[in-house]
Amino acid sequence: MSLTPTQLPIIPRLKRETILSLARNGTRIDGRKLEDYRPIQVQLNPVNKAEGSALVKLGDTMVLTGIKIEVGEPYRDRPNEGVLQVHAEFVPLASPSFEPGPPDENAIEVARVIDRSLREPKAVKLDELVIIPGKKVWVVFNDIYLLDHDGNVIDAGMLASMLALNMAKLPKIVSIQDDNVVIDKTVKEKPLPLSLNVVTVTIGKIGGYFIVDPNLEEEVILDAKITIAIDSKGRIVGMQKTGFEGFRTNELDYIIDLALKKARELHEFLEKVLKNPEEFSKPIA
Amino acid sequence: MSEEKPKLINEEGLRVDGRRPDELRPLRMEVGVLKNADGSALVAFGNTKVIAAVYGPREIHPRHLTLPDRAIIRCRYHMAPFSTSDRKSPAPSRREIELSKVVREALEATIFTELYPRTTIDVFIEVLQADGGTRTAGLTAAALAVADAGIPMRDLVAAVAVGKVDGVLVLDINEIEDEYGEADMPVAMMPSLDKVVLLQLNGVLTPEEFKEAFKLAKKGIMEIYKMQKEALFRKYRILPQA
Repeated sequence: MSLTPTQLPIIPRLKRETILSLARNGTRIDGRKLEDYRPIQVQLNPVNKAEGSALVKLGDTMVLTGIKIEVGEPYRDRPNEGVLQVHAEFVPLASPSFEPGPPDENAIEVARVIDRSLREPKAVKLDELVIIPGKKVWVVFNDIYLLDHDGNVIDAGMLASMLALNMAKLPKIVSIQDDNVVIDKTVKEKPLPLSLNVVTVTIGKIGGYFIVDPNLEEEVILDAKITIAIDSKGRIVGMQKTGFEGFRTNELDYIIDLALKKARELHEFLEKVLKNPEEFSKPIA
Repeated sequence: MSEEKPKLINEEGLRVDGRRPDELRPLRMEVGVLKNADGSALVAFGNTKVIAAVYGPREIHPRHLTLPDRAIIRCRYHMAPFSTSDRKSPAPSRREIELSKVVREALEATIFTELYPRTTIDVFIEVLQADGGTRTAGLTAAALAVADAGIPMRDLVAAVAVGKVDGVLVLDINEIEDEYGEADMPVAMMPSLDKVVLLQLNGVLTPEEFKEAFKLAKKGIMEIYKMQKEALFRKYRILPQA
């Protein structure tokens, strides 16, 4: 059952007036303009045991995504496709309001929105992940680990996932006998086949203003929020509105145009990182 | 489920169930169908059939879940085990957990929760038969149930899913169109206030297609809204004195 949250931080609620009056002047509590992302820092492959990994800091929000790849069985209705699973964990060390336990509705929502945004444009080429048709396929686990929560987990989680997927390599297949596939995880062979990159752009509404990449203080006082997933071809590949209020029809047109503009910036950033992997493999935290 | 993708739009431009692209399925709405609930409604979009019940505003235990300035809303979207072709386990799936959240958030926008501090308003949605568009049918029913419970609302909430199948944008997609189509976009609005309270996209659309799809959704929502009001009138109209 889904409940109205009652444990929201109190101070940010009092900050609403400040945040609103700043927005009227086109600025934000951390000094950004309304349409600015926070600085993004990236470290590729911080976890070598994973088949691919990426650490992303979006301002003070820190997300680590690890990709594990194993041999498994295909879904019954998709015998000729590999399997992609996206999970998100909001671990208790990331925020005083997180408790241990299975993922809550917020973590499930983040995982499912990212899952759909990767799946729908076929970002991971699942049809190339078949080992024995109908019997053995590669199973790709994309686990999003939120380490420090300062708002907009979804955009940070999507960036980390996209980078980790780009870093991921399939383990070596040692032998296939009958239906028995033996792999060697210490040898990473081919890169995980991808067709394109996807980013998400999250835009919050407060008063009549729209802010890109809300931080936690802003997030808890927003009227509404919308996440728009956009692929490297400029198509909309996912969308999720959240929050207590609604958007007006004419506001949606503005939001889509803004999201497309910001998505181009994020895609350029991804390309820059992926072109210079060594430069972005240095520790950031 | 067979692997072959069926043809979703025929030569005449009609859909698998014979509808035009901009046509809703036959709708059925009934208000006040349950005796125990404070408000209830049954809504069918073609073969998709859902029932919604509202209890409250009522007391809640433990008390720490309450808010001092308004009511909280508790919402459960749930599918009956027999509502799908393969039996659905009655335990809540990740999908149901997510949909409970987005449906709750859509209702938060419309209910005057500030009128009932320290209470809960419970909304239960049961999908009895699933043939696509269950969350939108559920939300349409939930809004009617809240109204039937006599809880003040800013507006009703009407919802429908638009899809893209064989390259064509279609209103109110059914299960086959959802399974084999290119996109599924559920939309819910408070129509008189022109506010979008639920918006999701599952699939790929160009920005231009999104704008067209949204227009189509809005057209469907206005039709659904009209029927919601008629359903409420059927129960609550004061008959002229004999």
